[in-house]
Amino acid sequence: MLAAKLVQNQGLHVAGLNFFTGFCVEGHTHSIRSRSNRKPRRNNALWVAEQLNIPLYMIDVIEEYKSIVLHPRHGYGANLNPCLDCKSFMVKKALEWMHAHEFDFIITGEVVGQRPMSQRRDTFPVVARESGANDRLLRPLCAQLQPLTLPEREGWVDRAQLHGFSGRGRKAQIALAEQLGLKDYAQPAGGCCFLTDAAYSRKLRDLWRNRDRPDYDIDDIMLLKVGRHLRPRPHLKVIVARDAGETRYLRGYRRRFTCLDMTSHNGPLTLVEGEQNDEDLDLAARIAARYGQGRHEPMVRFQVLSIDGREREICVTPLRADEVPRSWYL
Amino acid sequence: MVSVTRHLDVTGLLCPMPVIQTQNCVAELCPGDVLSIRCTDPGALLDIPAWCRVHGHVLLSTEKNPEEIVIVIRVNS
Repeated sequence: MLAAKLVQNQGLHVAGLNFFTGFCVEGHTHSIRSRSNRKPRRNNALWVAEQLNIPLYMIDVIEEYKSIVLHPRHGYGANLNPCLDCKSFMVKKALEWMHAHEFDFIITGEVVGQRPMSQRRDTFPVVARESGANDRLLRPLCAQLQPLTLPEREGWVDRAQLHGFSGRGRKAQIALAEQLGLKDYAQPAGGCCFLTDAAYSRKLRDLWRNRDRPDYDIDDIMLLKVGRHLRPRPHLKVIVARDAGETRYLRGYRRRFTCLDMTSHNGPLTLVEGEQNDEDLDLAARIAARYGQGRHEPMVRFQVLSIDGREREICVTPLRADEVPRSWYL
Repeated sequence: MVSVTRHLDVTGLLCPMPVIQTQNCVAELCPGDVLSIRCTDPGALLDIPAWCRVHGHVLLSTEKNPEEIVIVIRVNS
C-alpha cells in the first residue's frame, strides 16, 4: 500500500495485482468459520485498491504455484514456506502481466532485511534476476539502499522521493503511513500465507507422506484449513469440524470421504479418510463423539455415509480426553 | 426488468474465487452487458460490490436467500 502510494504520488498510473495461491489465510478461513461472523470481514487487496483508487487484478495461480511449493529451488523457510522461490514466481507473473498490459515496471513493498529468507540484501538480486524483471523491479520503500533501477534512471520516478528503510522494525513504515494520511492499513508485518504456519505445514507434510508422491489439489489444501485433524492409525485420518460453519463446509466433501453425522446429540460433522474396517470406523466415531454434546454419555449414535452412498448407523462410547494421545493430533 | 446477458454460477467456491471468476467473465463481456452471479460464499456480498466499485461497474442488485446469493452487475462503459 505504501509503495503504491509513493509511486502514485509521483503522478504515475499504478495497478494492483493479487495472486491467489490457495494458501492465503484471510479469505477462506473467514468464509468458513462461524466465529468470523463476529467481526465484518473484508478482502484486504480489494480494500487497499479502493483506498488508493487504483484498479486491482486478481489472478488465480493455484496450478502453476504447485511446482513452487513442491520443488522450491531455494528450499523452505522455518516451515513449508518457499518464500524466495515464491517471490521470484510472483514477480515473474507480474512481469508477464506488465508486458501483456503495456505497463513499464513493477513495484513491490519489500524492505531489505525485513524477512529472513526473501528480503535480504543478498536475495534481492536473486528475485530480480530469476523473475526476469531485472532493473524493471523497483522497491520504493528501500530504493535508496539499492542500485539504480530503470524507472529511476529514465526519470519516470524521482529517487529522492523514495525511501531507504531497512530491518525488521515497522516504525518507519507506520510513520510514513501517517505522513501519507493512511490511517488504516491491513497488516504492517505482511505475512498472510498458511505455508509459514507450523501447524498447517505439519498437516501438509502428513498429507504428502500418506500419498504415493508429494502432491495436492485445491480441495486438499482447503481441507487442511478446516477442522481438527487427527491420525490415530497410519492408514486412518479423522477430520472433525470445530463449529457449525465448518460442519456446513465439510458436508460438501461427503462424496469424497466416509462421513460421520452425529444423530443422538448435537455435534460436529466428521470426515474419515483411508481404507477403513469396522474397528477403524468405531475408533473414528469414538473420537468424533468427544467433540459433541454427548461426550459424557455412555453411548452416542452416528449415521455413517460411505463414499459409495451406503448408509448405516453405529453406536459408540466416546473416548475420554486421556484416551486421545497428543501424538494423534496433526 | 433487467435483461441478463450472461449467468455465472460460482456456488460452492470461496472468496476470492467468486471475484476472480466474475472478473474473468466480465473481461469477455461488452460495456452495458448485465452479468448475474450465483454464489454461496457470504463473503461475495462484500467482495463483489467492492470489486465493482474499484473497476467502476454498476451493482444492480443483491439478493440473499438461505440457499444462495444472487448478485447482478452491469459492465461499465
